[in-house]
Amino acid sequence: MPEPNGQPLLQLNNIEVIYDRVILVLKGLSLEVHKGQIVALLGANGAGKTTTLKAISGLLKPERGEVTDGSILYNGEPIQNQYPEDIVRKGIFQVMEGRRIFEHLTVEENLLVGAYTRRDRHNIRKDMDMVYAYFPRLKERRHQVAGYLSGGEQQMLAIGRALMARPRLMLLDEPSLGLAPLLVMEIFNIIKRINQEQGTTILLVEQNANIALQIADYAYIMENGRVVLDGTPEVLRENPDVREFYLGLTEVGKRKSYREVKHYKRRKRWLT
Amino acid sequence: METFIHLTVAGLTNGMILALAALGFVLIYKATDVINFAQGEFLMVGAYLIYAFIVQFGMPWTVSVVLTLALAVVIGVVVERFVLRPLIGEPIISIIMVTIGLSSLMRAIVSMIWGNQPKAMPPFIPSQPVRLGPAVVTADRLWAIAVAVLMLVLFALFFRYYKEGIAMRAVADDQQAAMSMGISVRRIFAWAWSISAMVAAVAGALVANIVGVGPELAGFGLRVFPVVILGGLDSIPGALLGGIIIGLIESYVGGYVGHGLHQVIAFVVLVLILMVKPYGLFGQERIERV
Ligand SMILES: Nc1ncnc2c1ncn2[C@@H]1O[C@H](COP(=O)(O)OP(=O)(O)OP(=O)(O)O)[C@@H](O)[C@H]1O
Ligand SMILES: [Mg+2]
Repeated sequence: MPEPNGQPLLQLNNIEVIYDRVILVLKGLSLEVHKGQIVALLGANGAGKTTTLKAISGLLKPERGEVTDGSILYNGEPIQNQYPEDIVRKGIFQVMEGRRIFEHLTVEENLLVGAYTRRDRHNIRKDMDMVYAYFPRLKERRHQVAGYLSGGEQQMLAIGRALMARPRLMLLDEPSLGLAPLLVMEIFNIIKRINQEQGTTILLVEQNANIALQIADYAYIMENGRVVLDGTPEVLRENPDVREFYLGLTEVGKRKSYREVKHYKRRKRWLT
Repeated sequence: METFIHLTVAGLTNGMILALAALGFVLIYKATDVINFAQGEFLMVGAYLIYAFIVQFGMPWTVSVVLTLALAVVIGVVVERFVLRPLIGEPIISIIMVTIGLSSLMRAIVSMIWGNQPKAMPPFIPSQPVRLGPAVVTADRLWAIAVAVLMLVLFALFFRYYKEGIAMRAVADDQQAAMSMGISVRRIFAWAWSISAMVAAVAGALVANIVGVGPELAGFGLRVFPVVILGGLDSIPGALLGGIIIGLIESYVGGYVGHGLHQVIAFVVLVLILMVKPYGLFGQERIERV
């Protein structure tokens, strides 16, 4: 694993995000992503995970969201509240929640759109072959209209499309959403391979904590707009709260007891 | 038979020109979700520009066409930048009102510069008679059809192979996802408006060549609505087919039936087709996987 010392590739310092000038969603969130890592960002529905990614990628703007406090540093340079087209050009690419492939374009055209900001147009063919090597199923369907792909194939296309931009930092928003367990395994294996083979740094948002912790080098758990816990997967997996609330493991055989109450209190503390 | 060929050529000419005008409309609707009620005025302005360059400034038609197209692009960009962009995110009804306002403004400017009298236009497209089987038609009509076909082919190539064309389709599909690809939606909107103004100008020049210029040309633009509703608001093949169908039907009804029926027949056909296909012939329904 690469050294997590030195300047992080991405650093969020106490950021605050407000939608529509009144809805405060992120309340002082901080996290770091080091070069070459896979960092997982976990949390329940509505915790603000997607908002965090959009704050980084600039996609808050069209939703009337704004980073009102704190800073987002990429390679030490502040990038908050810039246009997404500028951020993509800096090497950050977000794979949005729900896949969001271009339904009426063919698979190949989707990939081409992923390469929209590339200056080295002559390498695009080569990279398309790289994507097809990761996802052979896309190659078989390359002239097919993407709207008719299966959910799993659409997720592959969404990731492949991101690869076409050759990003240094890929933001993945719930790649496991709505996929069968076997397919989730397949896709997470490929994410890991992309990280290792292409050297792409990955910030991964997931509800499926179990699988995310299997490939992550480090993880943050957020609730209600803040990070409440962070650590390596080994450490987090041993944490009783994480076991109960995120991994769905309870101590077998134990009756509801003082332990449960303590958990509840601790959870309450996170929420305040 | 002779009449039939005449009517067919006349109908096809009108139809192809209508198709071009409709194409500009569909393009803006697809890429930016704006219903542009000023499409007819774009066509009219194109016609007046070509008139100004050829007749008033006495320039050769080649130069005039290039200048007209260039100015059309400028008008498209200016309209997008200063009229439509400030409205991004506003309710659709405000945007519709603005395009209606824009159409009045363009008419006013045109009548300030050129007055309200129709003007004859010396045809700049060769119009010698051409023999087609038993009938004789003028070459300008055939040229108009050829130019329209050429424009449509260029369009198809642009959308299939050119980077910005594919990006434009991506924006039409999912605006936010397109942004996440690094596509500047503002830039694509500017593209859509300027290309649309350009095809409208070409249509305007073709009409001007056949009937001259006048304020009523904007009314020709109004006939775009039955065409696009027939073809499907967001369908490019639909615009083409809708234009041809309406052009031909109007021509046949005008020639064989008369009594002014040709002026309303487009709407009759429209209602009949919408009863069967509510999204128009080619309107896009969302892709639903089963
Ligand atoms: N465009 C918006 N305008 C106003 N509020 C928003 C907007 N987008 C998100 N929110 C609110 O911000 C909060 C966090 O939303 P977000 O989508 O970031 O959560 P999430 O952690 O990604 O949840 P999920 O796991 O369900 O995707 C929610 O309460 C949501 O209602
Ligand atoms: Mg989310």
